[in-house]
Amino acid sequence: MQLTLGPLLYYWSRQATLDFYAAAADWDVETIYLGEVVCARRHELRTADWLALGSELRQAGKNIVYCSQALLESSSDLSSLRRFASEGGILEANDLGAVKIARDLQIPYVAGTHLNIYNGATLDWHQQAGATRWLPPLEASQASIAATLLEATQPIQTEVFAHGRLPLAFSARCFTARHYDLSKDACEFKCLEHADGQLLNTREGQPFLRLNGIQTQSAACHALINDLASVRALGVSHLRISPQAQFTADIIAAYAAQLTGPTASAVDWARFNPEGLVNGYWHGEAGIRLEEIA
Amino acid sequence: MPSLAPQLPQLICPAGSLPALKAAINAGADAVYLGFKNATNARNFAGLNFTDSQLKTGIEYAQSQAREVLIAINTYPQAGRTAEWHRSIDAAADLGANAVILADLGLLEYATRRHPNLRRHLSVQGSATNFEAVNLAYEHFGVSRAVLPRVLTLPQIEYVIKNTKVEIEVFGFGSLCVMAEGRCILSSYATGESPNTHGVCSPASHVQWLPKGDTLDTRLNGILIDHFEKGEPAGYPTLCKGRFEVDGDTYYAMEEPTSLNALSVLPELMRIGVKAIKVEGRQRSPAYVGEVTATLRAAIDAASDPRYSVNPAWQQALGKVSEGHQQTLGAYSRPWR
Repeated sequence: MQLTLGPLLYYWSRQATLDFYAAAADWDVETIYLGEVVCARRHELRTADWLALGSELRQAGKNIVYCSQALLESSSDLSSLRRFASEGGILEANDLGAVKIARDLQIPYVAGTHLNIYNGATLDWHQQAGATRWLPPLEASQASIAATLLEATQPIQTEVFAHGRLPLAFSARCFTARHYDLSKDACEFKCLEHADGQLLNTREGQPFLRLNGIQTQSAACHALINDLASVRALGVSHLRISPQAQFTADIIAAYAAQLTGPTASAVDWARFNPEGLVNGYWHGEAGIRLEEIA
Repeated sequence: MPSLAPQLPQLICPAGSLPALKAAINAGADAVYLGFKNATNARNFAGLNFTDSQLKTGIEYAQSQAREVLIAINTYPQAGRTAEWHRSIDAAADLGANAVILADLGLLEYATRRHPNLRRHLSVQGSATNFEAVNLAYEHFGVSRAVLPRVLTLPQIEYVIKNTKVEIEVFGFGSLCVMAEGRCILSSYATGESPNTHGVCSPASHVQWLPKGDTLDTRLNGILIDHFEKGEPAGYPTLCKGRFEVDGDTYYAMEEPTSLNALSVLPELMRIGVKAIKVEGRQRSPAYVGEVTATLRAAIDAASDPRYSVNPAWQQALGKVSEGHQQTLGAYSRPWR
């Protein structure tokens, strides 16, 4: 199994973003996913910048995939996606419109987690349409993924979201702008002030969710670090690590070490992910649950 | 009687039961949409929805008055159980439904192959927010209509319509999903059950109403969704509609309990070429369905008049049945926040 670096779901300054990817060139990840998945108003890096960054990282030996937004709404969203597709050569499609663009240009695509592939017939359809790899829905359990692969008639690379705060929902509304009583179109780019989004607690102080612009994430971090044996048993080819403001390099190193054989060195997960680790989805439970592996 | 003027959009109303179907038809709905009593239906609530024989009766009732019945089979078939969804599509075809409303591509492919003459609509759960997505569904599955998620502004809807042959249906009234439909798994994060997998959101089986003296807590699978002081009206703990704390503020961080009401923009929806207006509420009572259908019928029939304005009596009627008695234009209003 190979590690991949998922798309950056937060909004960081141009310099912070470029510094992050300069460091990522040396990390133990086979594929790096680039581009803006969450919000069209985030343009510290523009289409040309992402393409240039991709070229640099390809020279450093990384496979690069350009991601579509999960909600493609405007004509400019669609035209920048066409440019990613035609110049970048491969897309991660998170929307049927992105699938359409990949097909029109006859380029391969990674079927992203937001495409809702819950069964073999749908996976087959995407494969015939040009998908070379797929990500199951975040809420799919290992049993459901196994059943989907069993139903599918062709083998395909499977990538699972292995570590990160779960992107649970997308909205018309920007929750970060709402928090500041600003309108979405005049948001003052407040996301730049929240490198890991904003923690949302219940009224009794339980960390529950995380507001990230129009996206809602889990507060806790989904982690398959202790489930890698069952991940491997499914025939998964790639494990996705989702970027966070700090410790992404350490997290990748911890997974890389775990893949080469369970190590004796203890990892301080509480420092990396203070809201805790969860893996309920993998075990067919509520995503917020943590199933201890004996 | 419903007006048959060709330029009017169809009024599509919810039917969670046979009495609700009759209430909608009697109040002037052009079509009702409904689902089976099983996991193929994104409103899979106990005590709701249709057996085959109830459906047969409902279809006869609607079609005898030249109205339509659309069957929503709009959850995502779970691997290993796809046959259940196929059976529902076969039943819809056998019973003579006017269309099936589908979200899953594998099912669209099945319906296209097995029942080419059965009209196919792309469900809102299919999350098509742009013309490319709609056109993909048209090219591959010949969908006649797509229901757009409640996240687009009027200019964005117009842009979709200008770039596709597919009829466009939008929501005009009802409980508001603040999240893009088909793109929200908050419910399964908290409870293990979501609209995509089980056809439910914030399922009642996981809800607790916990009175404490004069106050009330509402919980979902143990997670505190809201706390109500004495005299505060307590709402169902839909998890995006609770009060939470963010950076020291406690407020409706995602959405107030509120209903979408597009009455004021009906002429605009018609001008840009929307072909159907949908009312949400398959879990609501026949009385609700009748009231909302009659109001929307009157409004749509009046909306082609250049002097159209929203009748205060309509607002009053809809206000009574709105969630939390509040209404919003949602994404149709650009500064929505």
